[in-house]
Amino acid sequence: MTARTARPMPGAGALRETGRLFALGLDVAVNIFKRPFQFREFIQQCWFIASVTILPTALVAIPFGAIVALQLGTLIVQLGAQSFTGAASVLAIIQQAAPLVTALLVAGAGGSAICADIGSRTIREEIDAMEVLGVSPIQRLIVPRVLAAMLVAVLLNGLVSVVGVMGGYFFNVVLQGGTPGAYLASFSALAQLPDLWISELKALIFGFIAGVVAAYRGLNPKGGPKGVGDAVNQSVVITFLLLFFVNFVLTAVYLQVVPAKGS
Amino acid sequence: MGAEVVIEGLTKSFGRQAIWRDVSLTLPPGEVSVMLGPSGTGKSVFLKSMIGLLKPDRGSCLINGVDIVTCSEQQLYETRKLFGVLFQDGALFGSMNLFDNVAFPLREHTRKSEAEIKRIVLEKLEMTGLQGAEKKLPGEISGGMRKRAGLARALVLDPQIILCDEPDSGLDPVRTAYLSQLLIDLNAQIDATILIVTHNINLARTVPDNLGMLFRKELVMFGPREVLLTSDEPVVEQFLNGRRLGPIGMSEEKDAATMAAEQAHAAAGHSDGSPEEDLRGIVPQIEPTPGLPERQAVRRRKDRVMRILHELPPAAQEGIIASLTPEEQRRYGVRAGAHAAGRPRVAVPSPTPRTGFSGSLADTDVANLPRTDWGSR
Ligand SMILES: Nc1ncnc2c1ncn2[C@@H]1O[C@H](COP(=O)(O)OP(=O)(O)O)[C@@H](O)[C@H]1O
Ligand SMILES: [Mg+2]
Repeated sequence: MTARTARPMPGAGALRETGRLFALGLDVAVNIFKRPFQFREFIQQCWFIASVTILPTALVAIPFGAIVALQLGTLIVQLGAQSFTGAASVLAIIQQAAPLVTALLVAGAGGSAICADIGSRTIREEIDAMEVLGVSPIQRLIVPRVLAAMLVAVLLNGLVSVVGVMGGYFFNVVLQGGTPGAYLASFSALAQLPDLWISELKALIFGFIAGVVAAYRGLNPKGGPKGVGDAVNQSVVITFLLLFFVNFVLTAVYLQVVPAKGS
Repeated sequence: MGAEVVIEGLTKSFGRQAIWRDVSLTLPPGEVSVMLGPSGTGKSVFLKSMIGLLKPDRGSCLINGVDIVTCSEQQLYETRKLFGVLFQDGALFGSMNLFDNVAFPLREHTRKSEAEIKRIVLEKLEMTGLQGAEKKLPGEISGGMRKRAGLARALVLDPQIILCDEPDSGLDPVRTAYLSQLLIDLNAQIDATILIVTHNINLARTVPDNLGMLFRKELVMFGPREVLLTSDEPVVEQFLNGRRLGPIGMSEEKDAATMAAEQAHAAAGHSDGSPEEDLRGIVPQIEPTPGLPERQAVRRRKDRVMRILHELPPAAQEGIIASLTPEEQRRYGVRAGAHAAGRPRVAVPSPTPRTGFSGSLADTDVANLPRTDWGSR
């Protein structure tokens, strides 16, 4: 009444949310090392996230590999460097397509389920009850889920890479009339092992982001069951935004730090 | 003996919405207190602020000398182990059956064997009338059962402070009566400090030692039950009698026009929903089930209340004195109707009022009451 409330600074809300998101990420990182580790919950969550993501990922990966192969194939023929089609499409798939496809599916299928689960627990006051019983919900519930998202992301990333490369090979060799020998030779001429590492590292980081954002929105739904629906929605959108941004940063750093092969 | 809870100047708002301001009260150790208040006055928010789940804007909440509002995360976790909390909807873990729910705190915080855990859990489930339901999931039982299971879980670590958020809502009157008895029995057995938040009038009249009321973003009053039960405060009178006539409206703020219209209706003979008789007045408190130990809190409270008797309003004084046995009246040096002569006489406690029970607090601490001004009302 008497105290004049200052007009909130525009954008202050968004900043605060971002800060709290980071705080949660930090909390999760710290709690990963707290014993006892929730092994059962972790295994269950891995199984759950894998079961909702494997099939869609494989189904998305095949056409994705094909698109990359087709697009690059045409472009490279125009440039007159047919012999490098294999290398180009493999690099594109492993470094960019695979981590992103993985992350989108982990966020869209796994993250949304995590967010809905945590959100409904929050509105049923289960999280509060757990805290009052002296058990940290972050250590108990969030850490296993985030770790599960990370592990599944890494494994799926491998799956997408393999399926995508095979799809690309199929399209290039069978449909575009490329030669198998050139495909494989160019591959080993341009690609190098760090390309695979950065791909897996990206998947790991994207899995972490998807898990933390889902948990954050789930722990802070606004007002009742309707709020949980909104939270799920937002968690997927926020994750996508963050993923593309982080991907950009990682790619830029990688291209600067790791010298391209043959240059 | 239960822990003492001292709350000073607690204020909470969500953004611009003020919930309540400057709430100060002391829950005397080992006593049962009830906080009344219409729906939406922030009773649940109050409980959550007491255990550090919500952060109040200002004020302090001291439990065993630890300020919940400002203490470290570590201290907070330690202090919370003193609490048993029953949430409004039970807050059971949906993925565990009732047995595992009740066993959860034991498995987390003790090194008891599984056989011992089973014994304790089954005992608590039986206490709350849930024997035979231990294999059920929370989604498969009624709201009342969920609530009772939540209570069983809150009791399993023998807490020093028990907080109950509307233990009666969703229960029928008979179960509510059993629950009231259960809470009193518990208090007799483990001497825990209990705070119950409710809008059940019957429970408020018969269970607590201390009674308070939250309304319009403020603590209207808090003190010995006799004070509120004999109060002339319009809010209290309306609430206790469940009438439409009075300051409490359907929405939080009732405007003068609505009040005038209702007054006119009532004058024209339209019932305002209240019972025939006035439900205020002091009714006997529930006693522990025969065979259980006496409640230590009753004696402590009697000494405490007699020491502050002169500060209480006359109606409350009269009620308190009338509830004493003649022998006690002699011991405390008071007579029925003694206050009637203008300024109430100061009740002098007998020279050694505290013999015969063990209290660890200094007199001044026990007699500490929140800053209230009911003496002047
Ligand atoms: N987490 C929250 N965020 C914003 N407002 C809240 C929150 N929790 C409760 N409120 C508001 O606080 C008020 C009091 O709620 P509550 O404590 O549940 O009332 P009661 O338990 O007395 O019925 C309500 O108006 C509610 O909208
Ligand atoms: Mg409530």
